Amino acid sequence: MWNYEKRLQYPVKIKRTDAKMAKMIITQFGGPDGELAASMRYLAQRYDMPYREIAGLLTDIGTEELAHMEMICTIVHQLTRDLTPEQIKAEGFEDYYVDHTLGVWPMAASGAPFTSNYFQSKGDPITNLTEDMAAEQKARTTYDNILRLVKDPDICDPIRFLRAREIVHFQRFGEGLRRVQDQLDSRNFYAFNPSFSNPKKCNGR
Amino acid sequence: MADYDRKKLMHYIDAVSFAVDDSKLFLDTHPEDKEALEYFDNYNNARNRALNQYAAYFGPLTISTASCDRSWQWAKEPWPWEMED
Repeated sequence: MWNYEKRLQYPVKIKRTDAKMAKMIITQFGGPDGELAASMRYLAQRYDMPYREIAGLLTDIGTEELAHMEMICTIVHQLTRDLTPEQIKAEGFEDYYVDHTLGVWPMAASGAPFTSNYFQSKGDPITNLTEDMAAEQKARTTYDNILRLVKDPDICDPIRFLRAREIVHFQRFGEGLRRVQDQLDSRNFYAFNPSFSNPKKCNGR
Repeated sequence: MADYDRKKLMHYIDAVSFAVDDSKLFLDTHPEDKEALEYFDNYNNARNRALNQYAAYFGPLTISTASCDRSWQWAKEPWPWEMED
């Protein structure tokens, strides 16, 4: 169950359009390390997570990623609103425009459409949390790359906020992984799947 | 209340909500941390009060603070991507 809250997690108010930047930033909507993949990854990984507090972490971070997705979509929308056909041509936006007009559609900067191949739900808490930590770092790197290309402070400000959240999420997933490892059977030294190989033992709450 | 007050209250809601968002994640991995529990409680109460106040003066930001006395404000007030703020 989810409820919508009618505000952005962090405000986005971009005064100047820039279709070129929109085509880069849209990758954080539908690209390989984007917010849509992040949210779907964590929300899908909850069901076989045997530890309640880590399922809580996946729920809360997965939910926050939806709010980040909304911020990214807002940035893309504001960067492309009211573009004239002349601007669309001058800023190299024709290839996007011809398929989507000025609508916001999940794709990578390369134009590749969103796909669930961008994430895993592996049914193994250790495998999943290790992927989640890498995912937060990959998203942080992408935001760093975006920040090197952006000059407009109206864009930089919300992107910096999103970048900082990747770092916090990485930290929390690291703590989550440590909590899972702390509860492993002492004989399971190599950390084989604690939810499949030994589902009863690891069901400790 | 004037538009200036609406912006100020929205800014306040953003700030206290962020404190809630961040401490919520911390508590997921530190569920027994007394200081964090108290911090969460403080900001969560402040946030709920502010959301009720905002709904009363400017229209609801959440369905749980929506009321039907005038018209359906929920869908009539601007959406967050509109740059109305």
